[in-house]
Amino acid sequence: MAIDVIGLTAERAAALLRGRACTAEELAQAYLDRIAAVDGEIHSYLHVDPERTLAAAREQDAAGVDGLAGVPIAYKDLLSTRGVPTTAGSRILKGFVPIEDADVVRWGNEAGLVSLGKTNLDEFAMGSSTEHSAYGPTRNPWDPTRVPGGSSGGSAAVVAAGCAPWALGTDTGGSIRQPAAFCGLVGLMPTYGSVSRFGVVAFACSLEQVGPMTLTVRDAALLQQVIARDTDRDATCTGPRAPIEVPEPGRLDGITFGVPRVELEAGVEEGVRARFDESLAIAESLGARLVDVDLPYARHGLAAYYVIAPAEASANLSRFDGVRYGLRVDAPDVRAMYEATRDAGFGAEVKRRIMIGTYALSAGYHDAYYVQAQRVRTLIRRDFDAAFGDVDAILLPTAPSVAFPIGARLDDPLAMYANDIFTLPVNLAGIPALSVPNGLSEGLPTGLQIIGPAHSENLLLRLGAAFEAEHAFDPVPPGLRSAA
Amino acid sequence: MSGAWQRNGYEAVIGLEIHVQLNTASKMFCACPNRYGDEPNTNVCMVCLAHPGALPVANAEAVRQSARVGLALGCRIPAASEFSRKQYFYPDSPKAYQISQYDQPLCAEGSFHVPGEGAFSVRITRAHLEEDAAKMIHAGGDAGRIQGSAGSVVDFNRAGTPLLEIVTEPDLRSPEDARRFLTLLRATVVAIGASDCDMEKGSLRADANVSIRPLGSEEYGTKTELKNMNSFRFLERGIEAELERQLGLVRAGEAVRQETLHFDPATGGLTSLRSKEEAHDYRYFPEPDLLPVAQDPDDLAALAGQLPELPVARFARLTGAGLPEATALLLATEVELAAYYDDLAGRVGDAKVAANWVMGELQAHLNAAGIVADATPVTPERLAGLVALVVAGTINQTSAKEVFQALVEDPAATAAGVVGGRGLAQVGDADELGAIVDRVLADHPDEVAAFRGGREQVVGFLVGQCMKASGGRADAKALQALLRERLTA
Amino acid sequence: MSDVELTPDEVRHVAALARLGLDDAEVERLGRELTSILGHVNTIAQLPIADVPPTTHANPHGDALRPDAARPGAPRAEALANAPDPAPEGFRVPPIGA
Ligand SMILES: [Zn+2]
Repeated sequence: MAIDVIGLTAERAAALLRGRACTAEELAQAYLDRIAAVDGEIHSYLHVDPERTLAAAREQDAAGVDGLAGVPIAYKDLLSTRGVPTTAGSRILKGFVPIEDADVVRWGNEAGLVSLGKTNLDEFAMGSSTEHSAYGPTRNPWDPTRVPGGSSGGSAAVVAAGCAPWALGTDTGGSIRQPAAFCGLVGLMPTYGSVSRFGVVAFACSLEQVGPMTLTVRDAALLQQVIARDTDRDATCTGPRAPIEVPEPGRLDGITFGVPRVELEAGVEEGVRARFDESLAIAESLGARLVDVDLPYARHGLAAYYVIAPAEASANLSRFDGVRYGLRVDAPDVRAMYEATRDAGFGAEVKRRIMIGTYALSAGYHDAYYVQAQRVRTLIRRDFDAAFGDVDAILLPTAPSVAFPIGARLDDPLAMYANDIFTLPVNLAGIPALSVPNGLSEGLPTGLQIIGPAHSENLLLRLGAAFEAEHAFDPVPPGLRSAA
Repeated sequence: MSGAWQRNGYEAVIGLEIHVQLNTASKMFCACPNRYGDEPNTNVCMVCLAHPGALPVANAEAVRQSARVGLALGCRIPAASEFSRKQYFYPDSPKAYQISQYDQPLCAEGSFHVPGEGAFSVRITRAHLEEDAAKMIHAGGDAGRIQGSAGSVVDFNRAGTPLLEIVTEPDLRSPEDARRFLTLLRATVVAIGASDCDMEKGSLRADANVSIRPLGSEEYGTKTELKNMNSFRFLERGIEAELERQLGLVRAGEAVRQETLHFDPATGGLTSLRSKEEAHDYRYFPEPDLLPVAQDPDDLAALAGQLPELPVARFARLTGAGLPEATALLLATEVELAAYYDDLAGRVGDAKVAANWVMGELQAHLNAAGIVADATPVTPERLAGLVALVVAGTINQTSAKEVFQALVEDPAATAAGVVGGRGLAQVGDADELGAIVDRVLADHPDEVAAFRGGREQVVGFLVGQCMKASGGRADAKALQALLRERLTA
Repeated sequence: MSDVELTPDEVRHVAALARLGLDDAEVERLGRELTSILGHVNTIAQLPIADVPPTTHANPHGDALRPDAARPGAPRAEALANAPDPAPEGFRVPPIGA
């Protein structure tokens, strides 16, 4: 049968498979056809191997599909996949083939998910637009002249374009939530330490988590059930505190939302602000109470983040030295080889961050930059702790703007960084946040960010489902609806 | 020669940095086997090859063994310690940072006592846990020296081996004290069972910080660092050579330059390493992939209670039992020999008799065979059987040596069996001895006449003849008495 | 330190620490960009928060240690498969140099 994969949720795909409406192989083939048709323009995949995908699907068919088995998925190319090239969007890892799967990929395989391929990203996840990929930018399926957001822009674009029912991304400062918002999707940044980072090419270890990027809140819950597990291979991971539940939409009686009004003054686009205010009204109409909260140190999040993340990154990226894997540029001695290899292998944004991080950790500056930023981090955590004493969750726009045109911010790093002001305080605090579609502004998606205390994923998913039901947002970009 | 190194009004100031490879089953941060001598790059994985996405998870046993060593060194074990990243690029460092510890080490301030003649104490600055580097196999094959070699091949088997770095205060005052300290420290770590501390295999490595200063001065002079001296003798000789070099410089009115030096045992010379390298900026920061290690006071108390008898305590016990200091020190520092001694002494019931046997026959045999005490076929049980026969007067010393040799050669033999089988029981019976004496005196009328003429010293000759006639089995004391009795009769 | 201006020599020093072989154009551009970014970062330098403990870990409840159980490593061929310059037994590197 011909399967229409545009707008097909993972939950619905699983139902089709369980009801024998199609086989896993047929479903995988339908996505591969879709990828072949549109990915030339969108450029969201870095690696697709149809034979491998179909073989994996046939294996699921042979085993007899159950649960999520046979449902396809796309993985951000920051996640190690055994035997399948993993580039992190960098020239320095061109041709690198991991010898083990990331934990989250292993668990995806155990659940019977069928990988469609690896998705594009800003090099080493450093960026907010996917323009910093060494393999070229990804386009936003809502408007191909615009960015899909980043760094998980490829994962967002594949789902929005119907090239995968769902995808995994990673979030270090907003890299799941902001592209989800830009592409009209649901994106969950899990509580730090609830998902294993083993096999995730490291950018900033103390800030990042893997999370789902999906068409619906229920899909996000289903995928989170697969990946949120304890592991013995990541010392910072202890799994979720309670099993993840798939939510039903409902009223919000008894819920108190905090709204950080001061933060909203800082350069939020008019359309984004209008959609956000409408959601506040929806919250009240569903029985929730709104109160102002103050997060005085969150506004220093950007400065703290741009010390801590580059500091960790500068060390994490030192292993790319041309000795054991990846690119090597030949030179007469080791030191010259290091310098030539790393100069040729890293892109401009990665070099920028390595330089900031190295500077911030170097003798004489370490305390003024690195330690001071870690103190601000403590204060941001305290801000959130204090707020969650009074409110159940905090509401903010996911990003202050809609998707911007490709090239618009490439020459202004600070303007690019500023797109993450509402998301990165969450990473600094290590708490979860969910971005759900929040209607359109100028024909482009906006996102509503719901932030909760540590291990409040079930609450966030329930709140997200309530907003989702009220918005009745169609996640299929208009240009693609007719293409079906 | 014991005591401080003092020349021309200057004294030596020496501190040591000691690296001990812990003998855990797996590496420090991954599950790869921690094993020496395997084929290159066969004990490696994503983590110790530093593949992207690899994460370290710390080895509980390495932490436990480090705490035990720390307790034995009198260190304070803080309630929390922290791993940090120490950043430097080198092909033997796969992540280009070493996971080490910076301002929160596993073991803090301690003190270690070296007993015996000229006893002294050394303050321990800290002991921290880190990971070892990979091994560079140089195309030139020239040990240790890398400058100018024609490229290398890296073997990551050793990368990630748990390493305990023990740092002392500059409390040592002579090369000999440095050697004594390191010898006793090694014995302590071996007794704990945390490492085999084999300098040849590199599981114990020592660097020395060396300086001199005018006698009576409180300030330290400029120090140099001597790298990786791979035997106790080279440590002592290297420090000696460096002290002489510094003294020569200072007496010539020149300044000592802070640098890292390599001691060449073949020439006795010192060469400077990496002097051109820019000053290191390790950019330490707390390792975000690992959590602080918590130490529970109750667990630590239990750990301290479970430590085996340490060399310092053993030395005190053995000197207390009346053994000479030299014997006690040897038994205190050689774990296998000490265990053998304790076993034997327990069976024999006399510390000194047991010590004589261990220091005499047993040591000679072990040295000749090139084995350690727990590898000899002459177990304490078998040797105790022999000692018992000597103590009871069943055999004499000459026969005892023969029996010991028989025990070495035939692992199934018992001392009593050898004595019975070879008829080695001493002849003490008056009738039997009398017959031998009478026959010898009859055969040597000239010597008998000489004795009676006043030349008493011929007794020795006659005793020897009688002993020979007895096949070496005569009870020497009884023989003497009987011979004198007959000669003076 | 409200205004940081990175000189080309400082940029080269940091690049040397990070083993990035930058050309002159990159040194110039990064000097400008780092000056601008650090200028923003410096807004936190003045905060009077010296008594606040720094946070390094977002999840203080992790499992700090693993049991000491060994598992065989990867086959050598697999370990060497990604090497840019493999030797039969290991990873070849150029001479260390002076
Ligand atoms: Zn390993």
